[in-house]
Amino acid sequence: MKVLVPVKRVIDYNVKVRVKADGSGVDLANVKMSMNPFDEIAVEEAIRLKEKGVATEVVAVSIGVKQAQETLRTALAMGADRAILIEAAEDVTQDIEPLAVAKLLKAVVEEEQPGLVIAGKQAIDNDMNATGQMLAALLGWPQATFASELKIEGDHAVVTREVDGGLQTVKVKLPAIVTADLRLNEPRYASLPNIMKAKKKPLEVKTPADYGVDVSPRLTVVSTSEPPARKAGVKVADVAELVSKLKNEAGVL
Amino acid sequence: MPDILRREDLDFLLNDVFDLEELCRRPFYAEHERADIDAMMDTAERLAEEVFQPFAAKLDANEPTFDGERVHIIPEVPAALETYRQAGFPAMAFPAEIGGMGLPYMAATAIGAWFAAANGPAMGYLSLTGWAANLLATHGSEELKARYLGPMCEGRYFGTMCLSEPQAGSSLGDIRTRAERREDGTFRLFGSKMWISGGEHDMSENIIHFVLARIPGAPPGVKGISLFCVPRILPDGARNDVRLMGLNHKMGNRGTVNTALAFGEKEGAVGWLVGQENHGLACMFVMMNEARVSVGLSAAALAMTGYLHALSYARERLQGRPLTGRDPSAPMIPIIQHADVRRMLLQAKCYAEGGMALCLYAARLIDDLRSGTDEDAAEARRLLEILTPIVKSWPSEFGLRANDNAIQVHGGYGYTRDYPVERMYRDNRLNPIHEGTKGIQGLDLLGRKVPMEGGAPFRALLARMRRTLAEAEGDEALADIRAAVAEAVDGAERTTAAMLAAAPKAGAEAFTANATIYLDMLGHVTVGWLWLRQALAARRALAAGGAGREDFLRGKIDAARWFCRYELPLTHAWRGMIEGLDRTTLDTPPEHL
Ligand SMILES: Cc1cc2nc3c(=O)[nH]c(=O)nc-3n(C[C@H](O)[C@H](O)[C@H](O)COP(=O)(O)OP(=O)(O)OC[C@H]3O[C@@H](n4cnc5c(N)ncnc54)[C@H](O)[C@@H]3O)c2cc1C
Repeated sequence: MKVLVPVKRVIDYNVKVRVKADGSGVDLANVKMSMNPFDEIAVEEAIRLKEKGVATEVVAVSIGVKQAQETLRTALAMGADRAILIEAAEDVTQDIEPLAVAKLLKAVVEEEQPGLVIAGKQAIDNDMNATGQMLAALLGWPQATFASELKIEGDHAVVTREVDGGLQTVKVKLPAIVTADLRLNEPRYASLPNIMKAKKKPLEVKTPADYGVDVSPRLTVVSTSEPPARKAGVKVADVAELVSKLKNEAGVL
Repeated sequence: MPDILRREDLDFLLNDVFDLEELCRRPFYAEHERADIDAMMDTAERLAEEVFQPFAAKLDANEPTFDGERVHIIPEVPAALETYRQAGFPAMAFPAEIGGMGLPYMAATAIGAWFAAANGPAMGYLSLTGWAANLLATHGSEELKARYLGPMCEGRYFGTMCLSEPQAGSSLGDIRTRAERREDGTFRLFGSKMWISGGEHDMSENIIHFVLARIPGAPPGVKGISLFCVPRILPDGARNDVRLMGLNHKMGNRGTVNTALAFGEKEGAVGWLVGQENHGLACMFVMMNEARVSVGLSAAALAMTGYLHALSYARERLQGRPLTGRDPSAPMIPIIQHADVRRMLLQAKCYAEGGMALCLYAARLIDDLRSGTDEDAAEARRLLEILTPIVKSWPSEFGLRANDNAIQVHGGYGYTRDYPVERMYRDNRLNPIHEGTKGIQGLDLLGRKVPMEGGAPFRALLARMRRTLAEAEGDEALADIRAAVAEAVDGAERTTAAMLAAAPKAGAEAFTANATIYLDMLGHVTVGWLWLRQALAARRALAAGGAGREDFLRGKIDAARWFCRYELPLTHAWRGMIEGLDRTTLDTPPEHL
């Protein structure tokens, strides 16, 4: 079974994000970018399936700027077998919307015929949480989102999902879309020898036109702003005062 | 964000200042390119941040203990070293022939800075192993190499360096450990070693000790010392006759267990000769260049991380108001806005980043030794001769002062264990002591390296400096920096010539009486020169557009200027003290102290 893993290049989770002065978006000039952490988990899961002999090939695909090649190299260094880059954006400020991404992925899926797509549940830049679901809808495939455990049993995937208030286990028929949540696994580090080996693995470069997909935006960003600064707190003298404040001022008790 | 290091600083030094890509174009390094070195640095950064730094404070608070039978080390250490091993780091700098990755040494050094800054004491075990493996690769017999080199490169066996003894530290010629020859060609060692880092623990499958000892009948002093390979576990699986006597309880660097070892309390510890008989110290010196760069690097890395912690703190700590407009109802300002706090930060920045530049420059010279043309390699060897004592000492001395400033910037908080800056200071305090004390480095520089080969290494260094001065000529924006460095270089040349000329008459004692001051002086001149190189690189990058790094690049030029204004004038004062081979220190009799 072939596993396809879409990966996105996003602003590094450690970078303190700054909003551009004109409110048009986040300042991405010269900030550190890396693989979306949920996608890393997805790559790890795919590699584990391969190590267990369940998957035969892991293909990573990224849609975005040319530099997303580096992100794909990371996936290859972790253990993916080959990679496809769809160069869809001129520069980092141009974000490709989930629907366009899902349409491109659908085209890739039709070409590659994977038995399973494992994606991150969302990208930490825009927190859309939509691509996996849209892809499932476009393909007419079953989906199991927010996975914290994945088992392949015959032609089904058994997925434990993190839902409000607990865990839910679903069984979906393959081929299917699974989106990875934080606790699915702990991704490995790209080891030095594997970084060297990754250089020799195939990386194919395509454009949206190759798949006949229009990636122009449908959404308009009206404004972007910093979250309001946290106000200074107050010190309470004792528990009694705390309880009284919670009751009378905050009204939460 | 844990302020371990700033990636931009390392990228700037590797790429803008020291042209890593030029190294990668050499056939010797053909397999490597900047993109994969970047990716390796990414892994290093994450490992440092996610695996090594989180337990640095815990390791400091829970030093290794000895219950009379076993050494106990917190489990985070072996776990982190295992992750490091699996990621393939131990082999990065070794040549491919011995199973390494053959990374440019400069790149491997910069990558190593992450671990030195995040948790040097945990890394200590593998740094030592690297040096020991190097020694084995250069001087070991085929038999020993076949047995130990592979597992050492992989980080499965650890190594130690057993030079010091209770009565012989700086004075290695006075060691007493004895090595008796047996008929089968092996030796039996008897004696005590002191200060041995990583000397005993259960974290690795084996520990390979490299021990200096005398063979009975050998000439006295340094010419009668041989080097031996003494494994903790013998090839047949039995424990060798090496016993842990006790642990040393240190001020800092506590996570690297430090031991007193007894060799041969029973039948003698089994050892194999490494290199030629009586050439033990010479063998050691081969790996000294790299070991000393690595000591300098630890010091610079600790200085950098201390500086970054202080910088973050100074941006956030609110205290006082601007001198102008002291409205008591106005909000307080971050302390970074006070000139004196900026002075402490600038000084720390100059020491830390200047020290790092020095270490990476030296690492690049080691690359020239390996991969340069014959002429380049010969030139690199000369430069390393003269620079090694400086690379070891300057970051150890001034990097430590950067850590001192980092404490001061934190005020009272810096004096508590709730903040990591005091730990960094304690860890860094080791660096002027081990691998040859600062005093010994001063003697090595002035007594040996400056006069050697008719002064060729010293002249080679000055020539390099003047090449940069020529390059900077005509750049008006750097004219003042260039002039200050030029003056310091000329001054160092004059002072050295005057001291050498007076030496024959004054005698060796007077010539070297102020060697440590000379070491600081030439160190400051060297780092001043490297700040000019950094300023030039920053100017080039700015001229090319700056790519969003404008503040960062201007900061490099500011630091270069600060170093010239406030630090280089010290060289003038130091020269004044030593130029005439002043005897004040020498002539003060011990009984007057
Ligand atoms: C934490 C730690 C780890 C260490 N790890 C190792 C290790 O793994 N293996 C190992 O072999 N050793 C190790 N050492 C030992 C270290 O190399 C020695 O401590 C060092 O060489 C100094 O020797 P000493 O302590 O005997 O001091 P001494 O040699 O007694 O020096 C005391 C002072 O006298 C000065 N001095 C001595 N001789 C002269 C001279 N001729 N001229 C001018 N000044 C002089 C020194 O500069 C110093 O200031 C370690 C030490 C420490 C503290």
